[in-house]
Amino acid sequence: MSTTQWDTVLAVPVDEDRDHIQGPADAPVTLVEYGDYECPYCGAAYPIVKELQGRMGERLRFVFRNFPITTSHPHAELAAEAAEAAAAQSGFWEMHDLLYENQRRLTDQDLHAYAEQLGLDLDLFDRELAEHVHAPRVREDFMSGVRSGVNGTPSFYVNGARHDDSYDLETLLAALERAAAV
Amino acid sequence: MTNTTVDQRPVPLPPGTEAPEFRLPSTPDQTVSLAEFRGQPVILAFYPEDWSPVCSDQLALYQELLPEFQKFNAELLGISVDGIWSHLAFAKDRNLHFPLLADFEPKGEVARTYQVYRATDGTSERALYVINADGIVRWSYVSPVGVNPGADGILRALESLEENGS
Repeated sequence: MSTTQWDTVLAVPVDEDRDHIQGPADAPVTLVEYGDYECPYCGAAYPIVKELQGRMGERLRFVFRNFPITTSHPHAELAAEAAEAAAAQSGFWEMHDLLYENQRRLTDQDLHAYAEQLGLDLDLFDRELAEHVHAPRVREDFMSGVRSGVNGTPSFYVNGARHDDSYDLETLLAALERAAAV
Repeated sequence: MTNTTVDQRPVPLPPGTEAPEFRLPSTPDQTVSLAEFRGQPVILAFYPEDWSPVCSDQLALYQELLPEFQKFNAELLGISVDGIWSHLAFAKDRNLHFPLLADFEPKGEVARTYQVYRATDGTSERALYVINADGIVRWSYVSPVGVNPGADGILRALESLEENGS
């Protein structure tokens, strides 16, 4: 419920090859979230997005991009890198879900335990986190958010336009259905 | 969120205006003046109050973007009417590593000079200025007070400074 007076559109379009995506490429509605794994508001939005996906099924494409505000959330950056490290092993969404379901447990040891739970290659995962291999990707997401007018998390974009209303289930669902009907 | 039904935002000093000089405390025993930054761009972020939720989000975002601002050799200065001890505690609590200036005595004088004082609340507006290396306002913006203006406008203004070679 934050607005700016300029540029409320997605500065970097959704890229099927780059972005983390659930749902078909030709879905009538694309919902993009800029989120922070340690942000409690994002945690509150997480089950709402799941519910939206359940209700809209194949009519919805959901995209998640990283927007860790480390100044406020000291574990958010490494958590984002952990999700990207999981993505490198084809486990992005499983890790994304685990992180949001365990928002208060995001220490280095916790991240390692989640990787283990998901059956990832732990040596590779640990090394990539230690070397911050995925930090540039996280920053790239962050800056694309800044240039799209993201000013806090979560920020949602419906078919490329920023959703400046509440993100409670009914409001967001109505916005998605409106976009689908266009 | 504040009442946004009536938009009574003031008009800030427009681009082309010479940025009014000021000197304000940045610590209990140090002051900062605008003139010290001649030769580099300056971002002035007026915000209503330390500790309020929107201010905290906004300044946390700017903290994340300090490396981006530094690419333009730009200096970021936060300004509110809070006293210096509040600023110090706030900066420490929120991990902010840029100067927060105390426009405290005479209260809000710099905000008034920049036409962004809210007399009804006794605070400043949530307003942004980008000042070029010659001390000229190149961009100014007043956000609705309850709304975090983000940073895209600042980055655009800094980019246009570079493009214009000013």
